[in-house]
Amino acid sequence: MLSIDRVGMRWPGPDGGTEAIREISFDVGEGDFVCLVGPSGCGKTTLLKCLSGLLTATSGRVALHDRPIDGPPERMAVVFQEYGRSLFPWMTVHGNVALPLRQQKMPKAERERAVAAALAAVDLPGVARQYPWQLSGGMQQRVAIARALAYQPEIMLMDEPFASVDAQTRADLEDLIRSVWREYGMSVVLVTHDIDEAVYLGERVVVLSDKPTVVREELAVDLPAERDQVATKALPAFAEIRSHVYNLIRRSPTTGPTNRLATPSTADTPG
Amino acid sequence: MTAPSRSRGRGWSRRLVALGVEAVLPVVLVVVWYLTSAGSTNFYFPPLSRILRAFADSWFGSRFTADVLPSLGRAGAGFGLAVVCGVAVGLLLGSSRVARSLFEPLVEFARAVPPPVLVPVAVLAFGLGNSMRISVIVAGSVWPVLLNTVEGVRGLDEVLRDTASAYRITGWRRIWRVILPAASPPIMAGVRTCLALSLILMVISEMVGGGNGIGFFVQQSQRSFALPEMWAGILLLGLVGYLAHLVFSAVERRLLSWHSGSRQSSRGES
Repeated sequence: MLSIDRVGMRWPGPDGGTEAIREISFDVGEGDFVCLVGPSGCGKTTLLKCLSGLLTATSGRVALHDRPIDGPPERMAVVFQEYGRSLFPWMTVHGNVALPLRQQKMPKAERERAVAAALAAVDLPGVARQYPWQLSGGMQQRVAIARALAYQPEIMLMDEPFASVDAQTRADLEDLIRSVWREYGMSVVLVTHDIDEAVYLGERVVVLSDKPTVVREELAVDLPAERDQVATKALPAFAEIRSHVYNLIRRSPTTGPTNRLATPSTADTPG
Repeated sequence: MTAPSRSRGRGWSRRLVALGVEAVLPVVLVVVWYLTSAGSTNFYFPPLSRILRAFADSWFGSRFTADVLPSLGRAGAGFGLAVVCGVAVGLLLGSSRVARSLFEPLVEFARAVPPPVLVPVAVLAFGLGNSMRISVIVAGSVWPVLLNTVEGVRGLDEVLRDTASAYRITGWRRIWRVILPAASPPIMAGVRTCLALSLILMVISEMVGGGNGIGFFVQQSQRSFALPEMWAGILLLGLVGYLAHLVFSAVERRLLSWHSGSRQSSRGES
């Protein structure tokens, strides 16, 4: 469905500029859940912006249903890390979720239903009339996810969506994303620097290197569809994939020691 | 989450106290003025009691419709046009780098011209009627709105802009629902200055070429040595300015309630 073909991005500057990403290729199928994982500071966000049409890659091609992306495509929703800056503070929660639907000229009754259903899906009933800044960080990110769901996307891109919330909220939101992904049947591409999160959430993991970013390996996550924060993470298969990914990232040629990674203890895990 | 209603209750009582504190000094000054000027025989500084009598005689009668309303109409029309033009041109210059580099020198030049100098030019262009006066008000008071709108639009948060783009919010909805609200705090600061300037320019424009209006009345009274009336006009101008400020503050508080709310909540978190 979404195909990324030798995409490269070079920022202009002296000495030919800086190469952020180099020849990245992978595909996202219908109903797929792909996690892009790489060290902090690699070109993950740049890559995601190229996928969403917010940036135009300097080389290669991004296509949705074989049509090249030259701007934000229809039926693609984006959830950003900075929920506080992504939700419009002058609108209520309801206004935020409804705005893209108003733009689509969705009839009012249908729109109201879609907003209510989306807020129910992220477990946030009863906050529609409040302003985002009256809610906690985790709740604000739920609102951003509800806005994406109400948009009824066929593909949802998420840029480090849980990097700015506390650990407990993060686990809750991870499970929420898995459940809405299964319920809504859309494709999800999620960018993260957290290996555990990538393996726990994804059906497939694309491991990225440090700058200039290339695809180090693409692997299928062979874990049961029903995932659980405790049970799934205790499975030998989970540990195996996690240490594999960890070693891949540590082998990154352009970096030194990978102490910038989120799970340094992974190396000790047997497997 | 019950905070908004509670803070609204506190806000009201706090506002009342603030209003009381604000009123202390003016009241004291008026009393002092009244007492010290009571026996005044100075022609230029008549007793306040005489000024107040002149005030009642001048403004609570036919002069209200003959002078006050035309003045308020001019100031209102000039102020309204200045805000609309300033925001519209500011949006254009703020969103286009090309337009900005084309027009920036011109804007900086026009803004540097002291507004009263525009009066003779406007008289040549429009004669002595209302269009002259309104154009002077607009030409002199549009700049703070225009420049603040440019700054507000340029300073639009990147994540906010990306969000609007990703959800394909374009056209008028993007302007009305995203860009203008995001830029509204600096715009409103510009509008506040614009309001003060339009009252000043209203008076200046009315002092030229006769006709009517509060500015005209003050000047006529001064020339015909009707000093209590002159003071009454000045008093009225001060009151009009203060009332305009009160109305503006109420509107601003409504429009930007989200802004103060979100700032308070982010301060509370950190």
